[in-house]
Amino acid sequence: MTRNRRRLEVAMPWLISIGILLIWQLAVMVFGIQPFVLPSPIDIFKALIENYTPIMQHATFTLVSTMIGFLFGILFGLFLGVVIGSSRLMYVGLYPVLIGFNSIPKVAVVPILVLWLGIGQPTAIATAFLLSFFPIAVNVATGLATVEPEMQDVLLSLGATKTDLLLKVGLPRAMPYFFASLKVSITLAFIGAVIAETIASNDGIGYLMLQASSQFRIPLMFAGVFVIAIMGVATYLLFALIERRMTRWAFRGHDIQPIGGG
Amino acid sequence: MSAFVQLDDVALTYGSTEGTVALKGATMSIERGQFAAVVGPSGCGKSSLMKLVTGLTPPTAGTVLVDGAPVRGPLKIVGMAFQNPTLLPWRLLLSNVMLPLEIVQPHRARLRSHRAEYVEKARQLLRTVGLDEFETKYPWMLSGGMQQRANLCRSLIHEPELLMLDEPFGALDAFTREELWGVLQSIWMTKKFTTVLVTHDLREAAYLADVIFVMSARPGRVIASHAVDLPRPRTLETTFDPHFIEIVHTIRNEIAQIRNEATAIAARKLKVA
Repeated sequence: MTRNRRRLEVAMPWLISIGILLIWQLAVMVFGIQPFVLPSPIDIFKALIENYTPIMQHATFTLVSTMIGFLFGILFGLFLGVVIGSSRLMYVGLYPVLIGFNSIPKVAVVPILVLWLGIGQPTAIATAFLLSFFPIAVNVATGLATVEPEMQDVLLSLGATKTDLLLKVGLPRAMPYFFASLKVSITLAFIGAVIAETIASNDGIGYLMLQASSQFRIPLMFAGVFVIAIMGVATYLLFALIERRMTRWAFRGHDIQPIGGG
Repeated sequence: MSAFVQLDDVALTYGSTEGTVALKGATMSIERGQFAAVVGPSGCGKSSLMKLVTGLTPPTAGTVLVDGAPVRGPLKIVGMAFQNPTLLPWRLLLSNVMLPLEIVQPHRARLRSHRAEYVEKARQLLRTVGLDEFETKYPWMLSGGMQQRANLCRSLIHEPELLMLDEPFGALDAFTREELWGVLQSIWMTKKFTTVLVTHDLREAAYLADVIFVMSARPGRVIASHAVDLPRPRTLETTFDPHFIEIVHTIRNEIAQIRNEATAIAARKLKVA
């Protein structure tokens, strides 16, 4: 029974996704919905095949913008997280500013970025960066804050410096939080890049969808949406895998039993 | 013989002058190589005592001397262990035990070039507590008692002259706790480092210590000290010895009296208010 259940767990995401597509297809057919209102999955798939080359080009462009922005997001988020997490004064001073910044809808920032960086890839990269660094910073700071005071006392009484504490305890302790935040941040980076592309770009999936919309090619628009979703899931899975690999100790206890007594 | 740890009329107040008074007029002296236990009602500032002696917190008044010199900052000759084993879950047991060597000089500078020697030392220490088979396990794979043994090893790896223990066995079940008393006693008997054990458990204090200090309720002050002259090594049989029971009983009565007085004072304050 347990093995069947495991198999079911693996199959479940596919079953649900395929189920949704089936219901969608049936609904379009049964209710006779027009393709310019809601195209059926089969229409969308056809559009995807017909426009395979341009879609792939634009998707690659979006992926590159996203990844570069995300990379900057990781570097800056990590740095900011360490600063906030290891200094009480910085925490108190920076937190309201960060919350304020995070409340700004990034769509509103894109026109400003266009002013500085022009229309094109730099703006997409910058938007991806702006959306992705925040969760990383907050998570790293939280991780640093969870260091047990006793552990600090043990090391401080031995003459450890603040850097020692950070390197030996703080950062390793924050790693599970860091890797967990990457999963969230990568999808945000995608959102950032696509938003910028729909507003100010001549390349990328966002631009492609805007073009398709103005030409009334609704199935192509939906094909764009699908490609974004697939890229989002794929990168999420990639970082989830990296997370499991890097911080195995944080996932303890499920399949490993404690040994012995005393 | 002069004292190794000496507290003279020490006071400690947290926060401003209006803050919580943790200790007031605490005086005690512990000789080199002695095993001292500190007991008292909860909230009597026993843990503050730990922070003062290890130099993590400076006293508000009075002097704390360790090895004849006033304590001005963290002391490298100290090893510490708490109730919470605080082993690092991403390190194997062996590398957890070796952590202090990466911090304390001169080991820190020598660790890289003399690695084999230090590893051997850590293994030997793990052997003395019966954990040598588990050096390649992660701490979270081990039971609470085993984690606490490893914690003890970590606090001793740099051969401290002074070992500070803050209720190290408080979270363990009674059988494991009594077993670890024996383990700690045998390590102490071979190495003879000065030890200060803060505990709630009077039997634990009487089993392990040469001298027991009894502290009053907050603000904490040392109100009595008892020499425990039972022969070593002590065993669980010792805990049924009439003399052992008498010592535990005497201290129990002292603490009961302190608690009663504290309750009376609190009641009087309530009435005034």
